[in-house]
Amino acid sequence: MTDEPRDGADVSRRTLLRLALLGGGGLALSACGWDGGPLQPALRGMSRVNDWVGEKVLLSGSRLARQYPVSERTPENAFPQYSRTRPISSLALDDPAAWALEVGGLVGNPLRLTRPMLEAMPRITYTVKHHCVEGWSAIGTWTGVPLSVVADMAQPTPQARFLRFDSLDGSYYNGWDLKSAYHPQTILAYAFNGRPLTVGRGAPLRLYAPIKLGYKMTKFLTAMTFTAERPGGYWEDKGYPWLGGI
Amino acid sequence: MSADKAADETAAPPPGDAAPQAAPPEPAPPEEAPPEEAPGAAEPEAAAPETAPPKAFSADDDEPTAATQGPRPAVRRHHGIVRLTHWLNAVLLVGMITSGLQIYGAFRHFGIRGEPYLPNPADGYTFPEWARLGGWLAGGLNWHFALGWLFVFTGLLYVGFLVASGEWRQLVFRPRDVPLAWKMQLYYLRLRKEHPPQGKHNALQKAAYTGAVALGALSMATGFAIYKPVQLGWLTWLFGGYELARYWHFLAVWAFVAFVVVHVVMVFLVDPASLRAILTGWYRGRFPSHD
Repeated sequence: MTDEPRDGADVSRRTLLRLALLGGGGLALSACGWDGGPLQPALRGMSRVNDWVGEKVLLSGSRLARQYPVSERTPENAFPQYSRTRPISSLALDDPAAWALEVGGLVGNPLRLTRPMLEAMPRITYTVKHHCVEGWSAIGTWTGVPLSVVADMAQPTPQARFLRFDSLDGSYYNGWDLKSAYHPQTILAYAFNGRPLTVGRGAPLRLYAPIKLGYKMTKFLTAMTFTAERPGGYWEDKGYPWLGGI
Repeated sequence: MSADKAADETAAPPPGDAAPQAAPPEPAPPEEAPPEEAPGAAEPEAAAPETAPPKAFSADDDEPTAATQGPRPAVRRHHGIVRLTHWLNAVLLVGMITSGLQIYGAFRHFGIRGEPYLPNPADGYTFPEWARLGGWLAGGLNWHFALGWLFVFTGLLYVGFLVASGEWRQLVFRPRDVPLAWKMQLYYLRLRKEHPPQGKHNALQKAAYTGAVALGALSMATGFAIYKPVQLGWLTWLFGGYELARYWHFLAVWAFVAFVVVHVVMVFLVDPASLRAILTGWYRGRFPSHD
């Protein structure tokens, strides 16, 4: 076509100018690691909407996460263990007899459960996929007491709408909706891959559930408190999604 | 012009296409369409005599812009909904990709822990700060999950409009477009002199625009599959599991980037008038056929 040379001329001048303008606009639009600035409250608000959708629309109280054969487990050294706090040495870890889980808040029957008491209670074991908020996944076997068993013993009052889980060091904590907490696969875990929890995995007791992201599963668990107000959480208060449901 | 184009002309105009718009710069005159061949011809453009290209093209081919021809007739090309969703999408796509690259930075591999990672040229790569939105993982997630809904609603609005208006007929790439697309490709590669006849869009454009919509649908579906791999486990399973769904989600990004680059380059190289059309709705360029 004979118009090609003209188009070529266009490219060299006007079109290039337009492209440059567009590129400038693109640069102005580009993200530059921006955290949202004044839009952050709106983003947090939208995150709460997503929490609502996640809990009220998408979350089933009975749908079970897929279980895997033990042969598909991730090698333990390839299964990361993250903790915000590293209680390498503490009274509770040095002397397990000194550790106990306090179950309280809006309950009719507050409990203080030692590790032997928990191990004597009904237990379940499953091999499931762990999802980290970072995007990685790994398969492991967890054993523990269904949280609903402990909750039924404590008899939460009708005002109880949330659960707060506190970690040994007092700084890490998580808030949970009761629908997730009563899910049949939500457990207070004391064993990983058939052996007692190591400190790295959250000994002596940790929260576990394959329906939530890893940061929702409090390690070094010391207290479980029923509340009427929605508790935040260590990462949640910093901006991570509160529900963390998957 | 092929049979389907002729059929399209009988279709009712998009609802509201004429009414709600601001007064046009000038009334749209009768279309100056390229000569039509008999509908139903197997290879319509083959019948066109090589020496007499369609009028709409020859006028432009021989003469620089408006120098001797006077202003081209303006045709009404894009409905307001199409323009709105196009530009919303342009902004949202930038936001979704940049917040997605921020999220990617938290785990820069594909595949389950303890097993070899899937092939990925960006394995272990941290994207530069200018290409990331959110500042840190939580910020990226919050942007991604907020804009994601707008992305979905924009896509649904656009596709809903295409269906309701019947305009999908001019956009959907169908098997019969394959030979036309091939000829169009030959033309772009300068291996063919004749510009194949086309309607509102040529066959390669149809392929690109159909592909872009499919890409949006794939991004949405794989996005939900990795957002709720337990509650939407059936969807995650459909894509081969969580790790593969995340992989497809990431590959869709690069398909989108490739689309956008080609899309923008073609606007300026082939049909600059289309930029004005997607802004104002009025088209006054080389391909005025408006089937």
